Amino acid sequence: MNSVESTDVLVIGSGFGGAIAAYHLAAGGARVVVLERGPWLAADEFDHDFQLGSSYTRIFDFVVGDGMSILGGNCVGGGSVVYFATMPRAPRFIFERRGSIGRRMWPAAIDRDSLDPWYDRVVEALPVTQQSWDKVPYAGGLFAAACAHAGRTANPVPAAIDTDECTNCNWMMAGCRFDAKRSLLLNYLPAALAHGAEIRPKHEVQSLTRTDDGRYRVHYRIVDDVDYRVLHDSGTIEAAIVVLAAGTAATPVILQRSEPELGPMPHAVGRYFSGNGERLNTMILDEDRVREVLGLDRGDGRVYEAYQIGRGPTVATWDQLDGSLPEYERFSLEQLYFPPGLGTILAQVPDATGPTWFGVEKKEMLKSWPSWLTTFTMSEDDNEGVFGPPPETGNAVRMSQQMLGNGPLRYEPTANTWRGWNLSDAAVKDIFERDGLAQVRPWTNDLVGAYTVHPLASCRIGDDPETSALDDRHELRGHPGIFVTDGSAVPCGLTVNPALTISALAERAMPGIVEAAQERGVPVTYGAPSPDGATAGRRAVAGTA
Amino acid sequence: MARTEDVDKPDIDGGRTITIEAFADTILPGEKRSPDDRAIAGAADGAGAVAAGAVELLEQPGGGMAEALDSLAFSLNEHAIEYADEQRLTLDSDVPAFVALPFDHRTALVQLLTAPDQPDKQMWVSLAVFCTMAFDSAAHLRTADAIADGHPGLLTIGYARPDGDGLWRFPRYSYGRQLADVHPHTTSTGSPA
Repeated sequence: MNSVESTDVLVIGSGFGGAIAAYHLAAGGARVVVLERGPWLAADEFDHDFQLGSSYTRIFDFVVGDGMSILGGNCVGGGSVVYFATMPRAPRFIFERRGSIGRRMWPAAIDRDSLDPWYDRVVEALPVTQQSWDKVPYAGGLFAAACAHAGRTANPVPAAIDTDECTNCNWMMAGCRFDAKRSLLLNYLPAALAHGAEIRPKHEVQSLTRTDDGRYRVHYRIVDDVDYRVLHDSGTIEAAIVVLAAGTAATPVILQRSEPELGPMPHAVGRYFSGNGERLNTMILDEDRVREVLGLDRGDGRVYEAYQIGRGPTVATWDQLDGSLPEYERFSLEQLYFPPGLGTILAQVPDATGPTWFGVEKKEMLKSWPSWLTTFTMSEDDNEGVFGPPPETGNAVRMSQQMLGNGPLRYEPTANTWRGWNLSDAAVKDIFERDGLAQVRPWTNDLVGAYTVHPLASCRIGDDPETSALDDRHELRGHPGIFVTDGSAVPCGLTVNPALTISALAERAMPGIVEAAQERGVPVTYGAPSPDGATAGRRAVAGTA
Repeated sequence: MARTEDVDKPDIDGGRTITIEAFADTILPGEKRSPDDRAIAGAADGAGAVAAGAVELLEQPGGGMAEALDSLAFSLNEHAIEYADEQRLTLDSDVPAFVALPFDHRTALVQLLTAPDQPDKQMWVSLAVFCTMAFDSAAHLRTADAIADGHPGLLTIGYARPDGDGLWRFPRYSYGRQLADVHPHTTSTGSPA
């Protein structure tokens, strides 16, 4: 017991929030250890396979809560490995949102202008690139054409994808076999390793304690290689600084479990969770009408029949991202692919005479799967999610050896949240039922509640100690030396895909974390270039200091 | 894939397999394997969840359902007896109660069991999720093998075949032209303003 391992900075989680911290702190000279709950896979281990036990179930978690289910990454690289790499910036009005608290939710120090240089840093690092129409897959093209037909605009969305390498296989949720997706495995994480950071996979952090001299001890269990329900040895590492980036669905759970030892947590830990206002609709396209009305043709006799082809969402319509509209009435719609299994059971049969999600009519609906298209709503929810008492270990009671578990989140959508969902459902119908292009139904919320692939805000930044767990430097209130840099720190739903904003906030937090480390005696400096050595982003943020 | 040998022997495992098959057939129905098939109601043409391998998937030890199948089958039949009582149906006692229900009544009971206010909803939803996964993603098989072997669910949904190396690539993927005006306030970085 006398020889507890020690490091300068302990990073929990290796997704965007963890990888960015690991890189900057290691490059600045600190000793950095990253503990990651999931496995560490490389491109040639990413399977094109739905079989249980393939990379799809090894690196992806589906946590069912009461009223809300969360999909997220569970591997070295976190969400960046399983996500669709769609990387828009949050619209300007988002930073002025008031939500349920009746005053601005974001810290006064942050708005779109002040965050733009930090967005630029991430754009340079991954990199994020603008997408051209000539490389938009069929589904995105059809979505755009339908929007135009309805008098709406549509944009190819910036993405962290090298389209020259992409095969449009749509297996992104199982990891990118071709390294076309610019995940953290290709930039921040290898750069952190090159600067001496250590990444330890299959280490699930359970709780934190504090030493008499104000350092922290991080307590973990080793997760079994195959059966994640089985935990092996335990261990402890001591550090001057802890960067908590276990993901929105895990970060508050670790803090809640630590409360008996660490002392009271801020009220907002495990509260104000946002599902980013997400909702899905499935359309079944009438191929003949698509040809007649939109004039689309693949050139081989087919019109569309291309749901399986592409790279997740590629085109969005931003007409409702209008800051002059009332809060809760603003949303974006994005074309989306969702693989079979989880992506089919919740889709409902249009005009069903019997059950909407199973049965004879559902089987008939599945026969037209190539002619499906999914739209993805990201709207302004009411931060109404609350985490109940933590499970004994991890952030869920795992049901299957991988992927499926039950978590403590409770989410009861308010009338405000439903306003955005209903308006977006109506917009989708307006676009796709116009002139008989498609039949449209939203996914059912009756089976696993609502669902989000972009959980946010369960441990958020803010200026008000009553409604934010972190100050505007991302330090946990009342617990100096603990910083949170993942999606849980984002104050609210963003109406767009949040990964770029999570990353920009993490980049913005780095100078302050370095300063805190220095104050705690860690020999570290801030000022690393982009992971590949580029310096334009560093020069730009130097002007913000 | 289907377990025809069990069809005439509902007692072989206490009626578990035939009961689970009947549930799977209610989720995604298929045609009978033989005229005396009791589990499959024959409510739809072609293969359904049973032929797609629902029981095989549910019995995978890693899925987390295998240990629960006995009690799920027992509970499903208890619910079926209760339901039949309420509906004043007389059930054939040669097969487990859920299997004895006509297809429309199986459907109605599954709707009741998976309704939002049903206390044990989650376990029936989980059972349904696995039945669906067996059909449209063949999660008990390597996907490339399943397609090569003619997995009925993947064929039904029209899932494309992979290249020879078992990986999917779509070299033709785009209409190749601008199909809408972009938002007038799009910034120079391609984001919303």
